Amino acid sequence: MATVELEAIGIVKRYGPLVANDHIDLSVLRGEVHAVMGENGAGKSTLMSILYGMQPPDEGSIILRGAEMHYRSALDAIGAGMGMVHQAFKLFNSLSVWENVVYGMEPTRAGLIDRKKAAADVAALAARYRLLVDPNAIVGKLSVGVRQRVEILKALYRDARVLILDEPTAVLTPQERDGLFDVIRNLTADDRTILFVTHKLHEVMAITDRVTVLRDGRVVERMVTKETSAREIIRAMTGRAVNLKVEKGPSQPGAVVLAARGLTVGADGGKPVVDHVDLDVRAGEIVGIAGVAGNGQTELIEALTGLRIPDSGTVTLRGKPVTALDVERHRDAGLAYIPEDRATTGTALPASAADNLAMGFQRHAPLSRSGLLDGKAITAHARDLIARFGVKIGSEKLPVKTLSGGNLQKIVVARELSHTAPLLIAEQPTRGVDVGAIEFIHGQLVAERDKGRAVLLVSAELTEIMALADRILVMFDGRILAEVPAAEATEETLGLLMAGRVAEAA
Amino acid sequence: MMGGFITPFLINSAVQAITPILLAALAGTLCGRVGVFNMAMEGQLLVGAFAAVVGSFYTGSALGGVIVAIVATVGFSLILAYGATVFRGDSVVICIGMNLLASGLTAYLLRQMFGVSGTFSDPGIVGLEKIRIAAINTIPWIGWIFSRQTAITWLAWILTAIVTIVMFRTPLGLRLRGVGEDASAAETMGIDVTRYRVVTVLVAGALTGLGGAQLSLGTVSIFSEDMSAGRGWIAVVAVMLGRNHPLWAALACVLFGLADAFSVRLQGQGLPNQLTDVVPYVVTLIALVISHRRRRSRVSETITAHA
Repeated sequence: MATVELEAIGIVKRYGPLVANDHIDLSVLRGEVHAVMGENGAGKSTLMSILYGMQPPDEGSIILRGAEMHYRSALDAIGAGMGMVHQAFKLFNSLSVWENVVYGMEPTRAGLIDRKKAAADVAALAARYRLLVDPNAIVGKLSVGVRQRVEILKALYRDARVLILDEPTAVLTPQERDGLFDVIRNLTADDRTILFVTHKLHEVMAITDRVTVLRDGRVVERMVTKETSAREIIRAMTGRAVNLKVEKGPSQPGAVVLAARGLTVGADGGKPVVDHVDLDVRAGEIVGIAGVAGNGQTELIEALTGLRIPDSGTVTLRGKPVTALDVERHRDAGLAYIPEDRATTGTALPASAADNLAMGFQRHAPLSRSGLLDGKAITAHARDLIARFGVKIGSEKLPVKTLSGGNLQKIVVARELSHTAPLLIAEQPTRGVDVGAIEFIHGQLVAERDKGRAVLLVSAELTEIMALADRILVMFDGRILAEVPAAEATEETLGLLMAGRVAEAA
Repeated sequence: MMGGFITPFLINSAVQAITPILLAALAGTLCGRVGVFNMAMEGQLLVGAFAAVVGSFYTGSALGGVIVAIVATVGFSLILAYGATVFRGDSVVICIGMNLLASGLTAYLLRQMFGVSGTFSDPGIVGLEKIRIAAINTIPWIGWIFSRQTAITWLAWILTAIVTIVMFRTPLGLRLRGVGEDASAAETMGIDVTRYRVVTVLVAGALTGLGGAQLSLGTVSIFSEDMSAGRGWIAVVAVMLGRNHPLWAALACVLFGLADAFSVRLQGQGLPNQLTDVVPYVVTLIALVISHRRRRSRVSETITAHA
């Protein structure tokens, strides 16, 4: 019989009228991988921050290896053997791997940092759990997957017995993800316990032993992974059956809407970030760009949308050359754009939902009359979109910074889809959005395709690309490495291509 | 020709002139490393210079002046230390306020305490002693540079070395650098970011206090209104040129000191001083532009390395 490593009993956390955690009981066994699942706003993050000592619970207790814990800060939790890898890494990019790992617990000799010992300790720890990483490398130059290993090393250096992994695979290639799963197995073999917070069902099925599902701040289900199914977990998370597969018929591609030829960005500093990219997107099709973040997708989209003027090459939109034109002229020529980052580029956070939804429409009737904005029309426009897209917001006058990530994304999607432009570029349209909202956004994108729009989809999420795209372009190192028809794409081939391994994928 | 142009006195005074700028630049470097942009060094030097004269005048000793200068600037620096951290103010706004306050406050106190405006000089102000090293005093260059300097000048260079070692070789330094690079990451590692910042800004205040004391007691033993005369701003530039690295910032200070000495020399050649006064600033501007261009090309290299 396995022993209980970590227990949370009756955890309650309130933020004003909102009950984020409502009497949550959680029991985690030593050496298991325990998934904590739930939609956005279900209370996962709150629970994890309480378990990690970042905030105290209003009620309830935390019991770690049989002893009740009263954390004053994360430092107490770390001291008690908790570790956490945050979704947004907490690393110092200009410092080396070993400096990041020993930070705050530096080995010293005569008052100075014992660099040799520090680097050796980190190397030994890395070897023990097969976390391949060079202790002397500068963190900022490492790939995302390796940075994650540095985060794990940080926790292990402090001898974390329980490791919380918050959405750990969001930024990884399938191969990197498999590497992480190997590391997780090494850790549990060493009797360390993993709390795995995620949205992704297939990963839960692949790596976890048990699942606790949260909904609206409460535990709705506790399951043993082997005895359940993805469908059942979804039902527990959303309270209904969600359509996992996107329903769509075959595409009927029409005329070319967006064409890029020899597009090159960033050639001045040596190797280009976007390297002679050719690409066509036709009306009535969804073209997906797959790739690990940082392989030039962002820059490519910037060049296609007019946010950045390419160093060479051409972009035409419906036959009109737009290469050197600004964003506004791109939009006039027929572009709608869901940007990658909803909080900084997608919306103006302090502005109201009504203003955010009116953006891009402000120069023309009906929202603008003889150069002045029409407040009534803006309100009506906002109310209409909020209702149609099911945005959960008290009033269109509220600033959008009060919205959850999923609702904020809906604001962006609603606005861009209401521009009836022939080309839609959607960059990571469902990043950090919960299952219900993903289903909705996916349905909308397919509906737009069927209306005859050309859709260019960029996503780091392979399942999303595979579910939506009619053709898949794999981007690696600034180039389009391959084009794969959606029907022939498998996660494995795409994963190999995303890692630049063309020969193995063929 | 060199002999006519570069005199022992010129070199010696250039080294003296660098000291307050160097100390202010070290202060700025420390603050920059913990993520507080300090551009109040102009005001801090001025407060230090004034307090040093007050201290020296009333205690009758230069050391007394130095101590009062340190205490006063540390107190003055509390504005930035707490304003930019606990009260979450914008450091640029705070620093502009501090510079204006220092200028007005010292002029006001000068009138109130000594009944003079403009310049206060009095035999009662004891200046800093110049340490004359007999063994090397007359040796060209070495003697000109190292002999007949104040203890503060010596201390400034020793502190440059100490700050460098602490910054890059000790746990404290690693933590400071982490705080400046990513405060939230440092916080998750159990670092009290606010405390590190407050203490660092106050230590930086002490350094500028020393610099101020050198300014008013190091050469002339007087205080005159706004006598920091842009040195604090030059230090801000040195910090930026040195990218918060104490040694590079020190090098930038030396460059400025040489340019300053050169301009004094040009004046001696009969050029109008309005023109020659510009030289150090032109040198600074050129250095800023060059460094900026280098940085830009380096940034594009890293971006390419990432792709």
